[in-house]
Amino acid sequence: MTLPTATELPIGAVVTEPGSTRRNITAGWRALRPVIHDDRCVRCQLCWMYCPEGTIVELKGVFKVGNRTYDTKYEINYDYCKGCGICANECPTKAIEMVPE
Amino acid sequence: MQVQKTKHIEALTTNYAMAYAVKAVDVDVIAVYPITPQTTIVEKISEFVANGELNAELIHVESEHSALSAVVGAAATGARVFTATSSQGLELMHEVLHIAAGMRLPIVMAVPSRALSAPISIHGDYSDLMNARDTGWVIYIAASAQEAYDTVIQAFRLAESVSLPVMVSYDGFLMSHTVEPVELNDEEEVRKFLPRALRPYTLNPKRPVTMGPLASPDWYYEFKYQQVLALKEAYKVAKEVDSEYGRRFGRSYGVVETYRMEDADYAIVAYGGASYGNARAAADLARERGIAAGVVRVRLYRPFPTADVLKALDSVKAFAVVDRAIMFGSPAEGPLYKDIAAAMYMHGIDKPALGVIHGIGQRTIYVEDMYKIYTMLRENPRKEVVFMGVRV
Ligand code: SF4
Ligand code: SF4
Repeated sequence: MTLPTATELPIGAVVTEPGSTRRNITAGWRALRPVIHDDRCVRCQLCWMYCPEGTIVELKGVFKVGNRTYDTKYEINYDYCKGCGICANECPTKAIEMVPE
Repeated sequence: MQVQKTKHIEALTTNYAMAYAVKAVDVDVIAVYPITPQTTIVEKISEFVANGELNAELIHVESEHSALSAVVGAAATGARVFTATSSQGLELMHEVLHIAAGMRLPIVMAVPSRALSAPISIHGDYSDLMNARDTGWVIYIAASAQEAYDTVIQAFRLAESVSLPVMVSYDGFLMSHTVEPVELNDEEEVRKFLPRALRPYTLNPKRPVTMGPLASPDWYYEFKYQQVLALKEAYKVAKEVDSEYGRRFGRSYGVVETYRMEDADYAIVAYGGASYGNARAAADLARERGIAAGVVRVRLYRPFPTADVLKALDSVKAFAVVDRAIMFGSPAEGPLYKDIAAAMYMHGIDKPALGVIHGIGQRTIYVEDMYKIYTMLRENPRKEVVFMGVRV
């Protein structure tokens, strides 16, 4: 792949296309992968709030876990999760496990 | 019948002249923190804003770091911005100097130069400016209140043409607080000289962009190289802007100014008002006493006007460079001396060149000192740096 030259790039490193950073898949940064054990998750939303990359997705719907029913579920977008472990550290029920890649 | 235009001349300090230029330019946002000897620029601007003579947002911030950061933000939205500082204030801004240049924002800043602590000195020399000389800003050094006024107007045109921030510097106190006659331009004419052009990228919710992002090793160097190209371009554009300004307003200076250089054997190269004034008086004296003396003044300091400086010194037998700043531990302690030495070396020119460090912390430079430099050049032309006017 040939990258644009100095004179082809917008001056001052301006990024002109909104949201273009989504093309920049950062999964490769990850050494440890957070895995949510849904049966231990109490839907407190802390991981969703603390994730510095916004890569924890809050799903809406009807989710049956054992004999309980929830209207939310948390999933991780592994394209952008950098494996920092903040979610696992913040989770009050230790529902998130960091697994080596 | 041609109506004779009356000239509008005011008695102004260089600092007040800067404020009048800012008003003429119709600046939108000014963010400042007071520091001697810059403060009276902003005092005057505050007065203009308070009186409704200048429709601008004047932000009083808590430090110079914030002052420059605030105008970086305002410039990013497309506003025309101005700030001013000196000495420790410029040092505190240092981090943001690089950011303003890297983001290619057309900020104009006045820098009445002042010595650096320690020990504390509120007096003038160019140590502050010279520490900022390689930050990617265009730098002018004016030698009169009139020139400083004219240069601010030129600076906005240049900044907005090449997307670079510009400093307009001059002697702290010796110029900043000295009253001189200044011819003020018709403000309508100034605004015609500075049309508000749409900038390619501004912060605008309708056309979202990201400014100041992270650039990984695959990308960073290209943006730094863009700055190199922009400064090369600025050398050309600065000359064009100065010529056009001359045609419109009747005053122009070139990027390098010369005095009695036509047949000069010996030259003093200097910058700033005091050095230039005294060197000219000394050249007159030297010529009365039979030395073919001349003066070269560097007005545009960054980008360095290499071709013009080399041309000006082309036929001299020897020259001296008077620097009002010390680059400690450097192979030659004078910053301008180093620039000229490098330029000559790269062009295969070998001439006796005396570096003279003088006027540090506003130590008085006498005409006799400058005259002595001419005699040193004639009697013992050599390459050396001397510290003049210091007790050793
Ligand atoms: S490991 Fe870090 S980046 Fe990945 S989901 Fe958890 S908090 Fe977000
Ligand atoms: S922090 Fe733990 S318990 Fe709370 S929502 Fe996230 S995974 Fe569930």
